[in-house]
Amino acid sequence: MNAGGEELAAAAAKRRDSEPLAEAPTEEVRRAQEERLMRTWQTPGGWRYWSSANNSDVGLWYTAMAFFFFLFAGVLALLMRIQLAVPDNDFLSAELYNQVFTVHGSVMMFLFALPLFEAIAVLLLPQMLGARDLPFPRLSAFGFWCFLLGGVFLCGSIFFDAAPHGGWFMYPPLTSRYQPDIGADIWLLGFSFIEVAAIAAAVEMIVGTLKCRPPGMRINLIPLYAWYVLVAAAMILFAFPPLIVGSMLLEIERAFGWQFFDPEGGGDPLLWQHLFWLFGHPEVYIVFLPSVALIAMIVPTFARTPVVGYSWVVLSAVGTGFLSFGLWVHHMFTTGLPGISLGLFSAASQAVAIPTGVQIFCLIATLAAGRVTRSVPMLFALGSLMIFVLGGLTGVMVAMVPFDFQAHDTFFVVAHLHYVMVGGVIFPMLAGFYYFFPLCNGRQLSARLGKIAFWLTFIGFNVTFFPMHLTGLRGMPRRVFTYPANAGFDALNFVSTVGAFIMATGVAVIVWDVFRPKGKQGYSPRNPWGAGTLEWLQEMPGKPWGIRSVPEIDSRYPLWDQPNLLRDVDEGRFYLPDAQEELRETLVTSVIDAVPQQCLRLPGSSFIPMLAALTTGGFFIFGTYHLWWLALASLVLAIGVIWYWLWTGTAIIPETEEKDVGLGLKLPIYVSGVAAIGWWAMFITMLADLTAFVSLVFGYFFFWTIHDDFPPDPSPGPGVFWPTVAAAMLLGAWVLTMLARHWNRRDRPVAFYFGLAIAAALEVAGSGALIAGPWVTGLDPTTDVYPATVWLLVLWTVCHVAVGLIMQLYCVARRMAGRMTARHNADIINTTLYWHFTALTVAMTVAVIAGFPLVD
Amino acid sequence: MSQTSEKHQSLWLLTASPLLWAMHFLLSYITASVWCAKFVGPGGSLTGVRVAIAVYTTLALVGIGIVGRCGYRRHSHGSAALPHDADTPEDRHRFLGFATLLLSTLSAVAVLYAAFVVLFFRMCD
Repeated sequence: MNAGGEELAAAAAKRRDSEPLAEAPTEEVRRAQEERLMRTWQTPGGWRYWSSANNSDVGLWYTAMAFFFFLFAGVLALLMRIQLAVPDNDFLSAELYNQVFTVHGSVMMFLFALPLFEAIAVLLLPQMLGARDLPFPRLSAFGFWCFLLGGVFLCGSIFFDAAPHGGWFMYPPLTSRYQPDIGADIWLLGFSFIEVAAIAAAVEMIVGTLKCRPPGMRINLIPLYAWYVLVAAAMILFAFPPLIVGSMLLEIERAFGWQFFDPEGGGDPLLWQHLFWLFGHPEVYIVFLPSVALIAMIVPTFARTPVVGYSWVVLSAVGTGFLSFGLWVHHMFTTGLPGISLGLFSAASQAVAIPTGVQIFCLIATLAAGRVTRSVPMLFALGSLMIFVLGGLTGVMVAMVPFDFQAHDTFFVVAHLHYVMVGGVIFPMLAGFYYFFPLCNGRQLSARLGKIAFWLTFIGFNVTFFPMHLTGLRGMPRRVFTYPANAGFDALNFVSTVGAFIMATGVAVIVWDVFRPKGKQGYSPRNPWGAGTLEWLQEMPGKPWGIRSVPEIDSRYPLWDQPNLLRDVDEGRFYLPDAQEELRETLVTSVIDAVPQQCLRLPGSSFIPMLAALTTGGFFIFGTYHLWWLALASLVLAIGVIWYWLWTGTAIIPETEEKDVGLGLKLPIYVSGVAAIGWWAMFITMLADLTAFVSLVFGYFFFWTIHDDFPPDPSPGPGVFWPTVAAAMLLGAWVLTMLARHWNRRDRPVAFYFGLAIAAALEVAGSGALIAGPWVTGLDPTTDVYPATVWLLVLWTVCHVAVGLIMQLYCVARRMAGRMTARHNADIINTTLYWHFTALTVAMTVAVIAGFPLVD
Repeated sequence: MSQTSEKHQSLWLLTASPLLWAMHFLLSYITASVWCAKFVGPGGSLTGVRVAIAVYTTLALVGIGIVGRCGYRRHSHGSAALPHDADTPEDRHRFLGFATLLLSTLSAVAVLYAAFVVLFFRMCD
């Protein structure tokens, strides 16, 4: 197409964009609309406040709680620094010191850095995308309650001298054979519970970013924060499942004696290290990317210019997301792996510096291209860049194998990781905190206190951690509770302790700034920093509905480039200016060009998410204390609660098929299949589930590589017959599920019910046959790692079939109750999608346990 | 117009080159690990692995090259220059193409980094 033709085509495309109403609705109409919106979105009062599912409430609780855990872990850090201030100190016992550093690291990673990313995304993502809320508000609330429960459980344990004490990465055999107390169980089960919540958050964010953008916000126009969140959430799907599987294996070893990591039973502690770091390294980037994303939002605002190299920043976000999965063995350089493996991982560790550097250069270029105004968020942003670059440079140093051999397990690594995490996470978060605070309660934090806080934290941080490089190079190992005098560590440690208290003073100033009474200072003006992105449309203080009407977007910085946007949004001249039915609604748009596709009805306040978190949490917490019956009862209750949640709150058949969302646009209310957000949520969840399963299969083949007789020859079980019978039956059930979906669509209820009934029978029989394999051949999982691995694969598959069976029963019940019809068929479509993945699990399990012994 | 319409676009193309890197990386790692653990032992020669990694590298680079070329063609669709930030299907098309091209370049560099390793290692340990 020539240039002229292209301009015409562009103009044509442009014309298709909806313009806001030329005339604002009358004052009376607008007031009536606002009253309806307020009634619909109002946060409940009194104790019912805690049933809220609105992203602005849940996001606030989430952020506050994550900061509380940050302060808690910070106090633990100070205790450690007091202990290490002078040689031969006895302020903390060795045992308590172990608990303190374990809880400090674990809380900072699992209860602060990661949840804070989720918290900020829940709070801000809908605002940035001009959405009324995230697509699954109750799922966010569920995630928050899981996080709260798991977090309090873990932190509380230290007050009962029962906290985990094996380091935040929990290496067995230290955490299995040598620590029989409850500490490790609390870590394994408490965090598994929180990790499930993290996957729920990831689902929310991916679907939110891809499907809940405002009309016209094409993929080349989305805020950089959304790109980063998309990448980080996708990384969660592939990073967390290996840890969940690792935790499951370790807990099973501890509770039931299946020896996955104990060499006496054929296990290998290195398997834990692989699974842990397959999670652990991407985790660093999962928390780093959304934090640097905040900087990418802040820098253009204060440079008064669009970000330089938008596409390059997208390259770094996506590229880092991928490359970070090729680094995990660099935490295991000293474990005796073949040199070629070390070389490969060292190469990838160097390569990841490229995209990381690119985004830093883009941010610096933006600063250079614009006229930077001074502000507290910019101070923290600049401090962050400086600290992070230093951490990145030491990162390149420890990525080199020979250097790592020297620095491994010394304070040098402690210094490196704190430069990365504080520069890459905490300082950007603080920058974001000062920048976005007006969006939370309509008031600004103090610029004077902010500057004081910045200099105290910045100087304090460097005084604390810079000397640790030297302490480490002089040979002081990490995680020792004390050291002898005159070994060359005394002065450096003392300086670090002084720095820690300076930094803590800075944090105390921030806490004071947040909590000091602000009644007299009045509300912040709207868009106080003069930013260009949509979240700054918010009124001060914000309204519970989020955005007054959902605008059509034409630019990366709509507040800078679209004239009258604020007025048009406020006067309800765009989409969804009203809530006629007094039901919460937001728009669902297409992935690439954000073309409106659906008017999505959102659920409102409810205690169900809290109840679901309590009952699910009961399963994990009772399990920690090996109260199996109570745990099982809690699980059954959780299934009941979740059933009720889905039954009453999802796939509701609307009163009408289409709804006028304003500007003459009519959209369907009920959508099923690939265009539906529920389908995407199921697909994304099952990707995570499949990753967990692949991690298990990885375990099987890991043992094959390290043992000469794995699987043993001749194979003691499970044989070929029973697994093959099971595969035939279970795959038959899968085919019947697909047929049931087809019969439902054709409105043939008898065939639908009959098909699912036979499928259910096949599932029960097939599960029995799968269990019969190892059972009749007498495989005892406590004797050796081979039977343990086979049993685990079998039980994993059977559990998935059981969940699939419950889902099919749910579909039958829905159809009988008239809540699912030939047209309104989301339930059976999503169930079928689940069964596609389950069929793959069945096929892989049988191929591995029955097929591999034949070919080995 | 049809070439740039939404139904011909997907975010998956962005991930194609990094996925090729991931496959190259994993295959190289698994081949080397299994070779050293199951076939030649810790002191064994890496000759077979080096040939295999050379083959993987060639295939990966060809694949990344094809994806990158596709990205480049989209990036240079029509006549508009960077930053591809207009609210048009054409600029969105060019943006996705440019991002694909950049990711392909990064993936190619990362593949070469991994491949260089076998230039230096001749034995398993």
